[in-house]
Amino acid sequence: MRSLSEIETAVKRASRAVGFSWGNSEEVGKSIRQLELFGLQGIKNLNKYYKDKATKKFEDLNLIRETNESSLDAYCPVILGISFLDQIKSVENFKTIKFKKIAYPVIFLSFLSRASEISGKKIYAIFDQNEMLLNLNVNISSNFLNQEIPEFAKEIKIKFINNKDNFSDSDWNSLYKLAENTFVEESESLKQGAAGAGLTDND
Amino acid sequence: MQIELRDPNKIMKLSRLGSFHQSKLSFLRSFLSEFKDWDYKRDLFNLDQNGYGEAVYSFKKKDRVYSLVCFANEIKDEERSDRVIATKWDAAFTLHDGIPSSDDIKRLKDEVPKQEIGRLSFKELTLSRANKSVRVFNHVVESLSEGNQPDLDLLSKVGYLYRTTAVYGSGKFGLADRFRIKNREEINGPFRLEMMLVYLVRQFTFDQVNHVAHYKNPKKAVKLDKQICKNLGIGNSTGLGMAPFIVNHPTLLNNWILSRETALKKIREIKVVKKEESELFKDCVKRSLKNITSWNTDSEYQQIKIKSLLKDVEQFIEYIENEFDFKTEHPFNKIYLWLEKNSCEECIEYIVSIMMEPYNDIIKPLVANMSADEDKYFNIPTNRTTNELKDIIGTRYSKILKINFDQKENYQNFWFISKNKEEPRLADRFEEHGSELEQPLAIARDIKKLYEKLLSIKDNLTIAQFLSVNSELRHVVRRAFIIEKFPYSEIQDNTISKNIVPIDMLRLKLSFFGALKFDPRSDKWLRICMFQGAPLPNELKNYDEQWVYKTIN
Repeated sequence: MRSLSEIETAVKRASRAVGFSWGNSEEVGKSIRQLELFGLQGIKNLNKYYKDKATKKFEDLNLIRETNESSLDAYCPVILGISFLDQIKSVENFKTIKFKKIAYPVIFLSFLSRASEISGKKIYAIFDQNEMLLNLNVNISSNFLNQEIPEFAKEIKIKFINNKDNFSDSDWNSLYKLAENTFVEESESLKQGAAGAGLTDND
Repeated sequence: MQIELRDPNKIMKLSRLGSFHQSKLSFLRSFLSEFKDWDYKRDLFNLDQNGYGEAVYSFKKKDRVYSLVCFANEIKDEERSDRVIATKWDAAFTLHDGIPSSDDIKRLKDEVPKQEIGRLSFKELTLSRANKSVRVFNHVVESLSEGNQPDLDLLSKVGYLYRTTAVYGSGKFGLADRFRIKNREEINGPFRLEMMLVYLVRQFTFDQVNHVAHYKNPKKAVKLDKQICKNLGIGNSTGLGMAPFIVNHPTLLNNWILSRETALKKIREIKVVKKEESELFKDCVKRSLKNITSWNTDSEYQQIKIKSLLKDVEQFIEYIENEFDFKTEHPFNKIYLWLEKNSCEECIEYIVSIMMEPYNDIIKPLVANMSADEDKYFNIPTNRTTNELKDIIGTRYSKILKINFDQKENYQNFWFISKNKEEPRLADRFEEHGSELEQPLAIARDIKKLYEKLLSIKDNLTIAQFLSVNSELRHVVRRAFIIEKFPYSEIQDNTISKNIVPIDMLRLKLSFFGALKFDPRSDKWLRICMFQGAPLPNELKNYDEQWVYKTIN
């Protein structure tokens, strides 16, 4: 088994070798390491992409808008990912962000995952029939765990999910009531001696 | 009295970093301190009469066990090489997490002796190999087998029976990634498991030499005297592989240097020094003279440094014995100021290290700060602005910005990764091919490029906007935001100049390891000795903390 440290170093060097700057290559190393940690096929897809890159032209998207469509065959998932990371403070204000035609979307996902951590918000992404929840770079939940991840996505839609509970107030109240069963009713004399007791609060 | 931390522009120069010495903060000393109450055991010692076979040594506390698995192999003299291109070694080692099963040992026997081309698993933590100092090893075997102790003069000239040629950790060749073990309290200090490996290897070398001597002449053989064992360490040959580490781990470098600088600051701020503290300090300085006079090297560069160190330390002893009064207020501050005025860099840093000896209460908490969570500072704050970045660079890299990179001698060298061994190398860009594959280690040059680019921009852009059209500068943008928080994270020198002395970078790292007797064999590699004078494993529960200054060699 390859260690994550080996993965990060090899990815960084390979990315430099295919023409990315050292700084961008460091970002790819970090992102693919994270994908592999989550059990997604980072190395496999990156390898395929770098082979494709030698013969096909992919578009670099440097400025992200609400709707983005590649004028070439597809967007480069690396530059797209880095742009997303860098512009996270502005793109998180968009309601929904759409990208049309992205090569090797799983590579882009790794950057989205890191972006989720930086923004402090979960990110919901849907491409073709695949849905995933990028959870603050702690994990990625998806409905295609055992399927091959497509090498091309016609469209990816992204939404930032505002921090909110996954449960209703009544679920919470019901659980909290149970928790209260560990508390002890205080006697009057104990209440008299508690912090602040005996003083006027207007002092 | 408030003392300022020393200026990074002065301390982070290579000549100063290359003058650092071991101290109480050094990793091999903090390792001994952490593991002193662990149970040490030799679990397996299955060597043939020539000393070839397997052995296992362990440290255990409650449910945690670390086991050194050793494989000693027969190699021909012509196969023995300390160079990284070697493929066979006298012995190979791995530190296994837990107690190795017989299946583990079988697996490791196939893989560990292969070193870089073998595959380890997440159950292994560190990997190393070592070669005998044949001259010393054979002499010791010969002497012991005849019932005699070896010639101390010969031992003193070398200082060890074996020298390692690499110690790997942190995920290399399939070893466990650091994140798997980072929450273990006992390894909350850099390179602690690498230090454990080297320490246990040292014990293996004593056991092996005794074993071979015994089988050579079972009736007459005696064991190597314990005091002699204590005064032997483990040698190490170190090349350029180590140099880029300190450039590639800026926050870690900062935490090492900051701990040292904080220790010095706190010691200088002590108003009244107790008699036992000043006596311990003076005793260590005086005893340490032996470490200087027994420091052998053929390197003219190092000989000059040792000579001036010896002269300055003798002058310093004269000063504290005859002119200085420790009853004065803030005595260590006065000593430091005297050193700055009267001593060479090598001597200043030497005495700074010894100042720490009486102060466990200052040093211990600092040891715990010497690791780093590097990922935490990896992301670039892209919502900041180019004006802010310009200010950071102008303040933090002021000396670097004065270097003229249009002059050939200031960019004469380049760092690359050798295809043959995947190790870093340094070469003259005008004489060797491959500079187009230069590694991103020319930080001074690239920072200056970034600064010039920033000066040419009229608008105040966000970093995100700047990077969208300047991705080639991304690696140094990241570093600039790191140095903003971590002032000692960067070498304030030119790592590609014609005059660079790469062994200064090695010495910096090795001093933090706790190495002694730096012996440069060229400007690109050196030999050192580790654990010379250190307590033996069965003495750990009660040992003299100042052992470094009490060797007899």
